[in-house]
This record gives sequence, C-alpha cells and structure tokens, in this order.
Amino acid sequence: MNIYVLLKRTFDTEEKISVSNGVIADDGAEYIINPYDEYAVEEAINLRDEHGGEVTVVTIGEEEAEKQLRTALAMGADKAVLINTEDDLEEGDQFTTVKILEAFFEDKEVDIILGGNVAIDEASGQVGPRLAERLDMPCVTTITDIKIDGTTVNIERDVEGDVEKVETTLPVLVTCQQGLNEPRYPSLPGIMKAKKKPLDELEIDDLDLDEDDVEPKTKTTEIFLPPEKEAGKVLEGEVDDQVKELVSLLKTEAKVL
Amino acid sequence: MSKKVLVIGEAREGSLRNVTFEAIAAANIVSDGGEVVGVLCGDGDLNEMGQEMVYYGASKVITVSNPDLKTYTSDGYAQAVYQVIQDESPEGIIMGHTAIGKDLTPKLASKLESGLISDATEVVAEGGDIVFTRPIYSGKAFEKKVVTEGLVFATIRPNNIPALTRDDSLAGSVSEKEVEISNIRTIIKDILRKSSDGVDLSEAKVIVAGGRGVKSAEGFEPLDKLAEVLGGTVGASRGACDAGYCDYSLQIGQTGKVVTPDLYIACGISGAIQHLAGMSNSKVIVAINKDPEANIFNVADYGIVGDLFDVVPKLIEEIKEMKVNA
Repeated sequence: MNIYVLLKRTFDTEEKISVSNGVIADDGAEYIINPYDEYAVEEAINLRDEHGGEVTVVTIGEEEAEKQLRTALAMGADKAVLINTEDDLEEGDQFTTVKILEAFFEDKEVDIILGGNVAIDEASGQVGPRLAERLDMPCVTTITDIKIDGTTVNIERDVEGDVEKVETTLPVLVTCQQGLNEPRYPSLPGIMKAKKKPLDELEIDDLDLDEDDVEPKTKTTEIFLPPEKEAGKVLEGEVDDQVKELVSLLKTEAKVL
Repeated sequence: MSKKVLVIGEAREGSLRNVTFEAIAAANIVSDGGEVVGVLCGDGDLNEMGQEMVYYGASKVITVSNPDLKTYTSDGYAQAVYQVIQDESPEGIIMGHTAIGKDLTPKLASKLESGLISDATEVVAEGGDIVFTRPIYSGKAFEKKVVTEGLVFATIRPNNIPALTRDDSLAGSVSEKEVEISNIRTIIKDILRKSSDGVDLSEAKVIVAGGRGVKSAEGFEPLDKLAEVLGGTVGASRGACDAGYCDYSLQIGQTGKVVTPDLYIACGISGAIQHLAGMSNSKVIVAINKDPEANIFNVADYGIVGDLFDVVPKLIEEIKEMKVNA
C-alpha cells in the first residue's frame, strides 16, 4: 500500500505563548510533531506492517521541520518529504497549504492519506477534508479505529462523543482523533536508521507552482493574548460553610445558578 | 456593503441546535443589512424548523429533504448545500463549528476555491471589513482574521456569539428545494450514542470536570449527580482519561475539546497548562482540590480546598436546597 501522512511541526503543548511585534514569539520554543499527526504516523506504520507497502511523511514548512520528519522516520516511516516554502512564501492559509499538497499528490499513486484531525496551533482542521475534495477522494474525519480488508475500509469515528461506524473504499483520506492508538517513542536503533532514510526536499517551483497560484484567501491582521485571568477567591472555614458560601456566590455574585 | 449570506442550519434529534441561531446572528453582522438565507438539510418535514430560523432572523429559508440526507454524510450534505449555493450565489456562508460544520465546510470551501475562517468567537464589521476573532494555540492566544478575496466563509464556535431574540412576528418564506444526490462514498453502518443527555461539551452551559483526583471510574458518580442537578454535562482532564476513568471523548484541553461554558467546576484537577488551554475562557470557574498549591486555583474565580468526595455531595445537597427554596 502507498501510505502517506500529512504532518505539521507545532509548538510543544507545554509552551507558554507570548506575542512580540505582532507575531507569536518563537525564540527558544520547543517544537514537536502535532500530537494528532503523531496518531497518524503511528497508524500509518501499523497499516504498513499489516498490509505491506511504504509510509511517506510529508510536511510543508521551514528547514527546521526536518527534525520532526526525522522523528517520524525514527518511529518507523520509510520516507519523508519536506516542501520548503521558507524562501518563497511570506504568508499562507489553508487554501495555500492544500494547493501545494494537491500539486504534490498530482502524480502520486495513493491508497490512503492520514493526517491529524486538527493542529494544536492554528486549529482550523481544514487541510484534510480540503485536500480530499481536491483529490476527489472520500474523506473520513476524527477516526478512532480503522480496519482495511482488500479495498474495503471500516472505520469508527468520534462524533461529539458518539461513535459512528462508517464503511468506505480505498483510496481514502482520514484524519486521526485521540483514542486511535498510542504513538510509540522512537527506539535508539530507530533513530540510527532514520538518519539513513531518504528525506527529499522540494520547493513550490518543483511542483510547477508560483507565489500567485497559492496566494492566500484570508489574512491575519492582529494577534493578541487573552486578558490575564485574575486569581479568584479561595474560600475558608468549615467545608459546610464553604459550600454554602460558594452556592450563594454563584447565585448572587456570579449569577450562574 | 450589504451582502447575501447563507446560514447552514443544523438539527440534532429533531430540533435545531442553538448554534444555528448564533450563526444567524453572525450572518446578520456579515450581511450588513443584506439578506440572510437559511438552508436546512434532512429527511422529512423540515418546515417547522425552517420557520424557527425565520423567527431568529433569517429572511428566508430553503429546506432540502431527501432520504439520502437522513443521516449526515460529507458527500450527501456537500452536494445538497452546493446546489443551494449555485442557486443563491451568496457572498458569505456561516455555520456552527460543530462536528458536522468541521467536516462539511472545508470540503465546500475547497470545492468553491474559497478561504474559510474556522472557529470564530467574535464577528464585527470594522471599516468595511468583516473581522473575525478566533482562538489559536487552544485559546492561549487569539488572532483577528479577514477574508482578502472572494467568499466570506466562516464557522463560529458555539456559546460565544449571542443569538438574536426570538420574534415570532417575523415573516419570511420557507421553501423546499429538490436536489439530486448520487455517489455517497461513505456508508454509515451504525451510530452508537454514548453522550447520554445529548448535550455536547462544546454547547454545554455547565460542565463538571474530573481529574486524577477522581481516582476511579466510579469516582465520577458524584460528578454525574452534580452535573445532573445543574443541568450540565461531565468532562474530564487528560489525566483522568489516560488513567482509564472515562472515555477520551470527555477530554478537555489542548488535545481534546476546548470549552467555554457559563460555569466550569473542576474537581480534583491540578490544572496543567494543556488543560487550562481548554477551559480557562469559561465564564465562571470553580476549583475543588485537596492541594492548595494546585495550579487550577490560579484561574478559578472560586476555590474550595478540600476532598472532592466530601465537598461535591454537600454541594449537591446545597444546590437542591436552594432550588427548593427558590
């Protein structure tokens, strides 16, 4: 099977966010594979181990994203592709990303594409379903289980807490939800092997695209931090009195009861 | 400049979700005095729900009824809504950022080659531009976004943009449209309902959440009861989910759901930064924790230092008593 994974490099979830000069400050920040994309990498490796074939991990971004691709290779992916837009694009949105991915996949034989259901930074959750539409593939979002038998694909997906059982066929694009699997940590031999695995670097030029083709449709005009939440009132006294005071405060002061 | 704006409505178990009315209010801002057109897909008589959208501010509503739209599929709904878009040529589209909204709108935006601003919490008209505010990094920061070219297409987060007041003297046409639906590539075999009360975390007004301090699956029982007396729903921290006390679908945080209820009661939750990202924009936060140093107290409006198994049952009794006396 030809298995592809869409991967994004994101801030570590531990990072505090600050804004300087109107953008998110990234100096000294730790980066990780977007946690939902990690589920996609893990599932891709499992599918390959069961059905044979090859896992290719694709990302769009800067040179530094190589590190997250190497991590995916160390987990067990076979090949990686970095579409480096550092020199060509100043701005982009989901339209931009999908235009690039569409061009990338144009000449590829694909059985399944896996991605995270959302990235924890910009959190639009658009790229998977948008790409499926461009590639004319069925798309199943927020999956928590997948079984492939021949070309038949049986999926369980999370729909606001309910489980929906879906049947579809290959080729398909799926986006991964928490609960799908437990992503492995790269092993030491895995890390050693990853250094020798192929990692191709492309620019949009190589995909016959120029800046105008991928011009975004939306623009960020401002980034700001939410007002700092002031620490509230920690109640005192006997538990019974605290409970009485709390209910009274919720009713009269906060007016939520 | 006034615009024609389409609102994609959404029903759950036979009635419209509140976010549909919030979407009409948002569309009203985007339309700037233009027309707000509702569209509603399903199977059977949708007239009454269409009428309800009118009472909440839609100028007219188009219903699309078809056996293939009985349950949501991306292919089915996309075809139906796309045909309405072809007829109406709207300049804007608004929908709720719900499971269906998240699945359907990127597909439509891609087909229409348009931008899409997902998960907006505020919409304002500012000097000719429609400016959407949306959380990024799970609410650790916010961004303002505008559409630079083409359709003004956005999804809105439930519970953030107030709906207009229902007014049943408002008049507007509700008409039915026939659509052709073919080639649905995903077949829904079964839906296992797990959410007992039908209230999704993202739309809940009150959430009672448990963390590692709940200690076991049974430990959630007092939280369930508290949620019940408050008419709310139960959520959890990653710690509680990882420990197997509850289902991952309840998880609130940077991975998991981001919620903004009116009242959030955190029980036995320490308050890791990833959890705070998912709930710190709740309107009122109550923390119950044994550890006075727990980080959760830094974002809580009201805190009780104590054992949740002692505090929660007393809280249930006190609220019941308040209700009796009210």
